[in-house]
Amino acid sequence: MIAKPIISAAEAAGKIKEGDTLMVGGFLACGSPHTIIHALKDLGTKNLTLVCNDTAGHDFKSGRVTGVGYLVQTKQFKKMIVSHIGLNQETQRQMNSGETVVDLVPQGTLAERIRAAGTGLGGFLTPTGIGTEVEAGKQVIVVEDRPFLLELPLHGDVAIIKAKKADKAGNLVYNGTAQNFNPLMATAASLVIAEVEEIVEIGEIDPNTVHTPSIFVDFLVKSERLEW
Amino acid sequence: MDYVANKEIIVKRIAKVFKTGEVVNLGIGLPTQVANYLPKDVTIILQSENGMMGLGPAPAKGSEDRDLTNAGSAPVTVQTGGCFFDSATSFGIIRGGHVDYTVLGVLEVDQDGNLANYKIPGKMVPGMGGAMDLTTGARVVIAATLHFEPTGGSRMKRRCTLPLTAAREVDMVVTDLGVFEVRGGRFHLVECFEPYTPEWILERTDADITVSNDCRIVKID
Repeated sequence: MIAKPIISAAEAAGKIKEGDTLMVGGFLACGSPHTIIHALKDLGTKNLTLVCNDTAGHDFKSGRVTGVGYLVQTKQFKKMIVSHIGLNQETQRQMNSGETVVDLVPQGTLAERIRAAGTGLGGFLTPTGIGTEVEAGKQVIVVEDRPFLLELPLHGDVAIIKAKKADKAGNLVYNGTAQNFNPLMATAASLVIAEVEEIVEIGEIDPNTVHTPSIFVDFLVKSERLEW
Repeated sequence: MDYVANKEIIVKRIAKVFKTGEVVNLGIGLPTQVANYLPKDVTIILQSENGMMGLGPAPAKGSEDRDLTNAGSAPVTVQTGGCFFDSATSFGIIRGGHVDYTVLGVLEVDQDGNLANYKIPGKMVPGMGGAMDLTTGARVVIAATLHFEPTGGSRMKRRCTLPLTAAREVDMVVTDLGVFEVRGGRFHLVECFEPYTPEWILERTDADITVSNDCRIVKID
């Protein structure tokens, strides 16, 4: 197998260009690539479109920020495609003031749109959202007397994801609920950068336990920050 | 009689709904507490939409694992025999009808089974998270809520006014006054909690409610 370049978090952040659609793994900061997130914050790249489950946390009272919330705070997104913003008051503020566009997508639909992009599908039919605002502007297709919404694939220019362990080829193993959107995003972006806690030699991961096949991963970054 | 809001009675009653072996997803907030009141002789399997089957209780202080959380990002444990999966699999489980019950919080719930709980336009917009998929996919949808809003109006309505999370998906509403089934465009009161009476509830709820013939007056403890 071919070894993938191991780069610094700053180098990884430098591969994300102004205007890119950026996929960020994690669920309320659990399983997010925190080292790369902070490098991107330091670099300050703007006008990004975020694709993430949520915008993690930002509590005005305590001042506590978590995960991708740091990039919301620095206003690096022009648009956010997420399922949940309830724990991030800054996202809600930016949405209500009109500074940033927030596109709320049901969580299962978001996951499946990313999966569809990564697996060559032209979209999928889901019952989720029928009879709600989510239906607006979408094609309704009736299959065996039941209405479904046609949902389209969601691609990224760059995905930054987080795994527990990689071998140098880029095979990834996740841990616990830190898996979440990471394996889906690994398949759905033109460039995939995996932040991992441990990098082992090729052959040291049992092929039976690999979650994300190495071919999806372009670059590896060693985690230096695990706190949310 | 005076009304005193009582969240505990809601979660205690919902905890009696399930049978051993059933797969249940508990929403964040009030529904999460249902797990603390399950009868000793009932073993259910808790699904967590962030990617886990076999959700366990919170860990002891000091032994939290940053890679092991519930869907509200609180530290949890995994039960023996549990497993983890990605978000597409998690929602495949949910939409695919493999979850027996989902229990969700409420801003408004109406007599057609509509539920609103993700958005107050211009004010509070937390987002739907997994709630739309859960209400669409789960076999039984239970809405858990205090009967009255802080301003005094009933959360059970004739018609929801807020953007819907779920259209005609709610099967049962459990409040701190009783248990209501949703059928035929009406609420059906099937259990009334002491010290309240069906008449007292009907007078104060702005919705069409039929008192079931076999409606029981029960004491929840």
